[in-house]
Amino acid sequence: MPVEIFKEKYTGKVQEVVLGATKEEGGTRAYTVKLGGSSALPFLQFEGESARPVIAMEVWDIKPNWHECFEPYIGDVWEDPVAWAQKLEQEYGAEVIYLTLKGADPERENPKSADDCAKLVKKILENTKAPLMVEGCGNYEKDNEVLQAVAEAAAGENIALGMAEKDNYRSIAAACMMGKHCIIARSPVDINIMKQLNIMILDMGVPADKIINDPLASGLGYGIEYSYSIMERARYGALVGDKMMAFPIVCLAGQEAWRAKEAVAPDDAGPGWGDQKTRGIMWEAMTAAALIQGGADIVLLRHPEAAKLIKEHIEDLMVPNTY
Amino acid sequence: MGLTGLQIFKLLPKTNCKECGFPTCLAFAMSLASGKANLSQCPYVSDEAKQALEEATAPPMRLIKIGAGEKVLEIGDEQVLFRHDKTFYHPTGIFIEVSDNLSEDELKAKVDEINELVFERVGERYEVDGVAIKNDSGNADTFKKAVETVAGKTDKVLILLTEDPAVMEAAASVVADRKPLLYAATGDNYEQMVEVAKKFQAPLAVRGKNLSDLADLVEKIVGLGYRELVLDSGERQTSKVLADLTQIRRQAIKKRFRPFGYPTITFTTEEDPMKEALQAQVYVSKYGSIVVMKNTSKPALLTLFTWRRNVYTDPQKPIAVQPGIYAIGDVTPDSPVYITTNFSLTFYTVQTEIEATRIPSYLIAFDTDGLSVLTAWAGGKFIGEEIGPWLKESEINQKVNHRKIIIPGGVAAIKGKLEELSGWEVIVGPREASGITAFAKMRLGA
Repeated sequence: MPVEIFKEKYTGKVQEVVLGATKEEGGTRAYTVKLGGSSALPFLQFEGESARPVIAMEVWDIKPNWHECFEPYIGDVWEDPVAWAQKLEQEYGAEVIYLTLKGADPERENPKSADDCAKLVKKILENTKAPLMVEGCGNYEKDNEVLQAVAEAAAGENIALGMAEKDNYRSIAAACMMGKHCIIARSPVDINIMKQLNIMILDMGVPADKIINDPLASGLGYGIEYSYSIMERARYGALVGDKMMAFPIVCLAGQEAWRAKEAVAPDDAGPGWGDQKTRGIMWEAMTAAALIQGGADIVLLRHPEAAKLIKEHIEDLMVPNTY
Repeated sequence: MGLTGLQIFKLLPKTNCKECGFPTCLAFAMSLASGKANLSQCPYVSDEAKQALEEATAPPMRLIKIGAGEKVLEIGDEQVLFRHDKTFYHPTGIFIEVSDNLSEDELKAKVDEINELVFERVGERYEVDGVAIKNDSGNADTFKKAVETVAGKTDKVLILLTEDPAVMEAAASVVADRKPLLYAATGDNYEQMVEVAKKFQAPLAVRGKNLSDLADLVEKIVGLGYRELVLDSGERQTSKVLADLTQIRRQAIKKRFRPFGYPTITFTTEEDPMKEALQAQVYVSKYGSIVVMKNTSKPALLTLFTWRRNVYTDPQKPIAVQPGIYAIGDVTPDSPVYITTNFSLTFYTVQTEIEATRIPSYLIAFDTDGLSVLTAWAGGKFIGEEIGPWLKESEINQKVNHRKIIIPGGVAAIKGKLEELSGWEVIVGPREASGITAFAKMRLGA
């Protein structure tokens, strides 16, 4: 008795967003990446297309305050963001470079100016091949200035700029439209705010194929299940035709994972915890793997070993499973 | 599909005897249809009606119990495809496989290692559910001996892995009282395997060559009168297993396809412990009832257990931490005091941010029945009238030599009442936990 394969019939799909621009497209990237576009639940290729999740890796414009287990991997470059970005794409398999402009934060000593930030972005673009995403320092006023300068400096490269939130999206959306870049819209683990923000950004005139959503996903052990369920609901919503839930999703897995005590506590810090290095890498990899299973279209990773694990894990999940 | 209340009513005695606890047979029938009553509550139902009703009112996925006594693993009986639709009920059982090719000493050492896989975090304890013993030797006596050795060293739930019914019978006989899961009945051995399973009343895993073969095999076994089953489609490649597990769950829940109305068993294939944990994560996320693994790496398993805990958390209930006073870092009588609610996500977020300030501090998780700050405030559980009297009498008065408390910025409005009722000075903190670092820097000199 042959079992009849149960396929859901969906009417919608996840919005496809292209990141980066090649020479032909007016930029200088060696390739572009496609985010989203899925017409099925994650990895269920038997009923539709499931887009391959993309791996982005993190660069800061200042020396990061990360755990010492990062030192052997990026200690030689973490004071030079350009060399750092190069190492990520050449040695650690980053498909997208994700630059965070922490140094622009006005609460720091000698904060970097908008001009410094724009110059750095330009230099990274000149010295790397991968598509770029740029996040501001988080201070709304400063980011208005910084992201506008970055958008100008990166004109034609189709980068992504964030974080656009409910209270600051206007200026970022304007900068994105001016430079024809993508916008990263963040909502705090809340599907309704996510939809509202998408509507407001579209109202500003940002095209639908330029919007990426950050649901502010939590890390393993610290609320990740809320994020997982919100993402599952959003993906399902997208498939049944709700376009305001249909934007590709970025999850900042690395930074969330490394906030957990379990990732950074010393060897055998708790019963059954084992060595810190494996635990930290696994905390990040497990966070990312779970979020990919929930429907993340692009994951931001921090540790090269975690990125390697996730890359292989994605390969396994992308093996065709049509019947 | 299930029967309607009226269809069920027709099969009942219609005597309105009330012994079931309902005023009428019709009321009982309606409750049966909605799953709120159990047929066994009716003492007079005919066998014929019973069979028809049991078929129709059975849950879409059968609950299977493995093990006996204190250590019983319950799997199956799931009702939804997504945890946000309701909840997942029975967490995936995590097993470690051992081979009967190991010497007795090696086997004992291995089981000791498995017994020691106990994990504690955020006040919770996780442990491996059981041991799967594999008949790699091909020898009946060796297998039996290995099973005896493992059973003697652990009270965890057991799975016996052999496809030879005679070997299975010999090994199962020494642990019959432990009700192990027998793996597996296949197209070649199912008649004899069912006999063994029936003899020991042990649950039986069924392995097909693919989904269709599995469905056939299950129907044949059910035809032999055995229903204590666990399913394996035979697939081992991660994305294909994901597809098969999804099909089994969907067909059971949405189509009530009876041959797939049982829990499932999966096996990892990755050798590297980190990759293995990620592979197992897929099966924990998407519908695997058991995952049998090989590695015993603590950090890898810790993350897997944490994920299992997360995904099987009931989304209908806010998860709360124990209300009370928590010390973060090496606190002194001068340490600042923060207060938030005992909604766990709020609490852990605030705790992490306070840790990041590197100022040893006290954090009070105030009992709001697990509600978040604004919800609890709106509901009258996180207001001056509630916190004030508690704070006045609280042990925190003995722990610190100052009387200043930092409250979430979102509830600045409670400041006046709280100060009046507690005698403490209230400092309004940031609205979002992410502002704590900046706040501490500015106000506490971090």
